[in-house]
Amino acid sequence: MNLKSFAGGLHPPDSKHYSAGKAIERCPLPDELIIPAAQHIGAPAEICVAVGDQVKKGQQLAAAKGFVSVPVHASSSGEVIAVEPRLHPLGRPLPAVVIKPDGKDQWDTSLTGADPEQLEVAALKEMIRDAGIVGMGGATFPTHVKLSPPGEKQIDTLILNGVECEPFLTADHRLMLEESERIIDGIKILRKVLNLETAIIGIEANKPDAIEHLTTACVAHNIQVQPLKVQYPQGAEKQLIDACTGRQVPSGGLPMDCGVVVQNVGTCAAVSDAVRLGRPLVERIATVTGPGVVEPKNLLVAIGTPLQHLLDQCGGLTGDPAKIIMGGPMMGQTQLSLEVPAIRGTSGLLIFREEDLSLKNAGPCIRCGRCISVCPIHLQPTTIAAYARLDMVDEAKQQNALDCIECGCCTYICPAALPLVQSIRHIKGGIMAKRRKI
Amino acid sequence: MLAAVLSLGGIGLVAAVSLGVAAKKFAVEVDPRELAILEVLPGANCGACGAPGCSGYAKGVAEGKMAPNLCSPGGDETTEAIADILGIEAVTLDPQVAVVSCQGDNRKATSKYHYLGLQDCNAAQKLADGPKECPGGCLGLGSCERACPFGAIEMTSENLAVINRDKCTGCEKCVAACPRQVIRMTPRRATTHVLCNSHDKGAQIRKYCQIGCIGCHICKKTVPEAYVIEDFLAGVNYEHIENAAEAIDKCPTKCIRDFCSGYPEGSSFTPSRDDAA
Amino acid sequence: MDKQLYLSSSPHIHSGETTDKVMRLVIYALLPATLLAIYFFGLPALSTLLICTLGCIGFEALSCKLLKQPPTIADGSAALTGILLAFNLPPSIPWWIALLGAATAILIGKQIYGGLGYNPFNPALVARVVLLISFPVQMTRWTAPAPLASGIDAITAATPLGEMKTVVSLTGKLPELANSGFMDYFTGNMGGSLGEVSALALLLGGLFLIYKKVISWHIPVSFLGTVLVIGGIFWLVDPGRYPSPVFHLLTGGLLLGAFFMATDMVTSPVTYKGMLIFGFGCGLLTILIRLFGGYPEGVSFAILLMNAVTPLIDRTCRPKIYGQVAQQA
Repeated sequence: MNLKSFAGGLHPPDSKHYSAGKAIERCPLPDELIIPAAQHIGAPAEICVAVGDQVKKGQQLAAAKGFVSVPVHASSSGEVIAVEPRLHPLGRPLPAVVIKPDGKDQWDTSLTGADPEQLEVAALKEMIRDAGIVGMGGATFPTHVKLSPPGEKQIDTLILNGVECEPFLTADHRLMLEESERIIDGIKILRKVLNLETAIIGIEANKPDAIEHLTTACVAHNIQVQPLKVQYPQGAEKQLIDACTGRQVPSGGLPMDCGVVVQNVGTCAAVSDAVRLGRPLVERIATVTGPGVVEPKNLLVAIGTPLQHLLDQCGGLTGDPAKIIMGGPMMGQTQLSLEVPAIRGTSGLLIFREEDLSLKNAGPCIRCGRCISVCPIHLQPTTIAAYARLDMVDEAKQQNALDCIECGCCTYICPAALPLVQSIRHIKGGIMAKRRKI
Repeated sequence: MLAAVLSLGGIGLVAAVSLGVAAKKFAVEVDPRELAILEVLPGANCGACGAPGCSGYAKGVAEGKMAPNLCSPGGDETTEAIADILGIEAVTLDPQVAVVSCQGDNRKATSKYHYLGLQDCNAAQKLADGPKECPGGCLGLGSCERACPFGAIEMTSENLAVINRDKCTGCEKCVAACPRQVIRMTPRRATTHVLCNSHDKGAQIRKYCQIGCIGCHICKKTVPEAYVIEDFLAGVNYEHIENAAEAIDKCPTKCIRDFCSGYPEGSSFTPSRDDAA
Repeated sequence: MDKQLYLSSSPHIHSGETTDKVMRLVIYALLPATLLAIYFFGLPALSTLLICTLGCIGFEALSCKLLKQPPTIADGSAALTGILLAFNLPPSIPWWIALLGAATAILIGKQIYGGLGYNPFNPALVARVVLLISFPVQMTRWTAPAPLASGIDAITAATPLGEMKTVVSLTGKLPELANSGFMDYFTGNMGGSLGEVSALALLLGGLFLIYKKVISWHIPVSFLGTVLVIGGIFWLVDPGRYPSPVFHLLTGGLLLGAFFMATDMVTSPVTYKGMLIFGFGCGLLTILIRLFGGYPEGVSFAILLMNAVTPLIDRTCRPKIYGQVAQQA
């Protein structure tokens, strides 16, 4: 196999054996669906239902507010029992609609699909936006925005991200194996929207079954499947573009600046549903895994399902949980409680026990240079972190701190256990704050 | 011998002449008052006045662009010295000191999670709004301590920031460094303060802190003119501080402290001689 | 779920690499050379090793206590400095000089700058050079190897490099030992500093470190390569006056320096490109000192001088970041 890759990065134990062999299973509805208005990057949606309303599955609960925003929909039919701030995966209470499902799970009958061949590009984009489609890899950036590059940008390549380089996660892997028709249909729709031919699906070589399956399925559709070296962060947008096309996104720029749009394979499947069936994004596949889970699984989850309910479907906990992580172990967010709902960006739920954590205190930097050799952007993390500790904003900016993609390689490898990414994130905040002030 | 004397002497002569010429040729005109003002400034370059450093401030004052009473580290003495140089009447300000309005250290206030990572309050605050259950309490990771140019702040062993009133010059660096606005500027003449920063209701506060203000109004009932209560949080009315200390013993949670009688628990600081006087 | 959860910023897994593990591996890598040193130089070597190692640990503990810093001896760096210092001393050095060296290494070489990670110079080399300048006689009184089993008392002997320097300066010609005895040099059967004599053991340890990815190949390869190439050029020009590059390689502290002293992470550049430049500089200075300098051996001076320019190398060798080319185009 001709494996492509990027320079830098590392290879943490992928720990995908927990759930890679488990077929996607539908998670039953919980007693309460907690659907936050903010589930994407950009302005939170504006809630347009009230307590007591009966809603159908797929009905809009909150309307998009501005261009970089998408609406939020009911993920099952039932009654709105509360509209109030609830604990959000971001760690604080944020406005949410709470639905008590009636068990019928009835779709809103006004939702109808269409044949993408017959539709104008603008109409397709509108359907994608109205369906609330966001980047399903975890970044949750509204898809219609990515599909609307300014006129002067020449886009010639669509890259589909099936890399799933985060350890533990297998949701995209299972999706590629089990739902390839939806993915391919979504790719064809995206190609039409972007008016281009070249589409490349990038998949890490640790998923040979998915590579084989998609290669066969894609032959008839002129879609290329590119096997990639198992190297974290192969699935980061910039690294994936470099690996697949040899192009580099200019520092401070976007993929469209080098003629590329990147979409997650899960997003493609959701796009297909949105157009063909008219169905909004109300469910997603999430990997529930980790040494703290009795029976790790890949679950098809209704948006708004509390994490505790997901765990219950997986046989519960093996011991006291010490860390609850939404997303993967390299870039996921730790959670305050299992009452938090799964949202559109929830690619996984990862439970670690105390013995699975590395609790070493940070020591002094011994200048071993490992962080520099693994940085996929070729920054000097330890230098930036040193400036961050001294709040030297301008010097950190000069070291290109803003180019950091926060992949976590430097912190992972650091023998002194320094929280390098966190320091860099901290000073990036400082740089942005200073920029706003001036 | 003679050659050595001549050559060394020659080098010295050339150097002296060129230095002299350079000094004349490249001399920069400086307002003598600016230099005089710079002399009397404390030289901490803290930025409290708004200028990027003491020399910037001296320049600003000499040019009449800045007021002569903005140097808080220097205090009244500096203001008067500058006024003397400029030949104007000194208008002194009410000198300020910073106070950490929280006594909820690790023993007295609960936390909602174990924080791991960068030992910096601003970084911790970004994770679920900080590990302290109390939304306003001191996070205790020492961002203010590191920001203080005068070494006036110490962290107690139970992770509470305490500011030394003798060393504090009122530069407000710590105020800017604190993500939770726990540090407030107060008039130096006031020694009694309500050390709590949570606007939660009493029942809520009792769940997470033994020493927070529960908004019970007892202080205000005891000395009505010295206290104000806003959103369940008492504060000293710094216009009328004369009898404020009388309420200290009445406060059920002991969140009012007179710094004349001591610093918060765990602090190594001793009451200021100035305060006691 | 009564226990409190941990919250932290990503990532949430760690490679398991730790500073003490790095130090431990380097100490393991020094074991073959340590054992051979004890075999060749006997009890004096053992006692010098113990004095330096325990001395360094003791001085570090003491300075942490005096400076009211948390104790740091558990990270193994003080022990490592001690072993490396001993490796750089004549085996039968008086105990008090060794102890003074330990104090110099830890207090003046390291702690005074703020401890591990902040010292600009390799602490063991700082100590060696301070001792070499302060006690030139004791620091160059070498003993010939007397294998433990042989029962011979230690006799003084010159190092091959020292002998060469003397003979060359007197006669302008190489002594016989520069062209023979390479097998002895390779195993370590020659006079010299405690740990530098056995090329074989040092090579084993160095390759172990590279295999374990504790150090990268860049510094040793460019250091040794430079010595071989430049030494080789001189040798080809005048083999009667300049020794062969293999002689350079096997004698003196070159292998010890290239694998263990120059690769000290704290005091060497952090980028691969920087490491190559650093290694080249070390090699060049070493050969210049050996052939034309006042001292027979130049490895320590070369490394210390290059330590001094490390910040400069780091500054010039910033890697080209992702996406920067495209931006300029």
